[in-house]
Amino acid sequence: MADEAGGLVIDPMHQFQIHPLFGEGPLTWYTPTNQTLWLGITVVVISILMLIGSAPRKVIPGRTQSITELLYTFIHDMVEEVTGHEGAKFFPYLMVLFTFIVTSNLLGLIPGSFAPTSHIAVTAVLALMVFLTVTLVGFYKKGIGFLGMFWVSSAPLVLRPILALIELISYFVRPLSHSIRLGGNIMAGHAVMKVFAGFAGVMGLASIVPIAAIAAIYGLELLVAVVQAYVFTILTCVYLRDAVGEAHH
Amino acid sequence: MTGDLIQFALMGKYIGAGLATMGLGGAGIGVGTIAGNFLSGALRNPSAAPGQMANLFVGIAFAEALGIFSFLIALLLMFAV
Repeated sequence: MADEAGGLVIDPMHQFQIHPLFGEGPLTWYTPTNQTLWLGITVVVISILMLIGSAPRKVIPGRTQSITELLYTFIHDMVEEVTGHEGAKFFPYLMVLFTFIVTSNLLGLIPGSFAPTSHIAVTAVLALMVFLTVTLVGFYKKGIGFLGMFWVSSAPLVLRPILALIELISYFVRPLSHSIRLGGNIMAGHAVMKVFAGFAGVMGLASIVPIAAIAAIYGLELLVAVVQAYVFTILTCVYLRDAVGEAHH
Repeated sequence: MTGDLIQFALMGKYIGAGLATMGLGGAGIGVGTIAGNFLSGALRNPSAAPGQMANLFVGIAFAEALGIFSFLIALLLMFAV
């Protein structure tokens, strides 16, 4: 293996392959794959955590209850702070977004597992849901006045059409950047770890260096997993503020 | 002869993908500027810092978005072209 002259032996992209759980065959939309399995595991883990955590309802919380309470207050404060009182009714949606993304990110870091959020197909659906929600809620709340978001009334009149064009483009680019930020970060982190694992395979005794680097990158990836979930949720809050809150231009 | 041409096109594709990743350096500069300015502001007025954490992350996310587009171009060159 090590004396092959063809570069890396380990394919860093192999871990992202989707294959059917049972047997072989073409992938159709109803085929149970490893993606389906880990999405399901994520849902089950969240459900168990929340059910166990909210069952005791003690005044002095235990560990599991503390986790769920901290999670709840963290998201609730964030929604209240960013979207204001009006946006607080979207709290359940944002809570689901954050817990789902953070859990699937962290479960994906278990060696040998699969991170559903590393696929842009998954994150694109999440981001498109956010985009549709924001657009529909905006038009529902403000009517045609929602389009005033693109007409920056504080700018000079000559600049306004140009700014409107830029705002329009940036509005439609939102789901793209929103989804690729999450998917790209998770995918790149996993691929980097695999590349370093490839180094460890060919360096003999000096492979202690890449192994130490993998440990360090793993710590960084734990941080990235939580921060990217936080960023995804807070950007959703910011977008929702455009739809429900006061115009801030 | 066509084999040579295909090799040449492949070379261009890989070089292009590599060049596209340089855009992420710009995202790195942007994120570093935001985080550094946040830190210098936070050290001057530590009591106001926790309230601005959300703005910090939103700013980082927006700066990062433009770098992500170049990452997307690299991915498209590698896997879609």
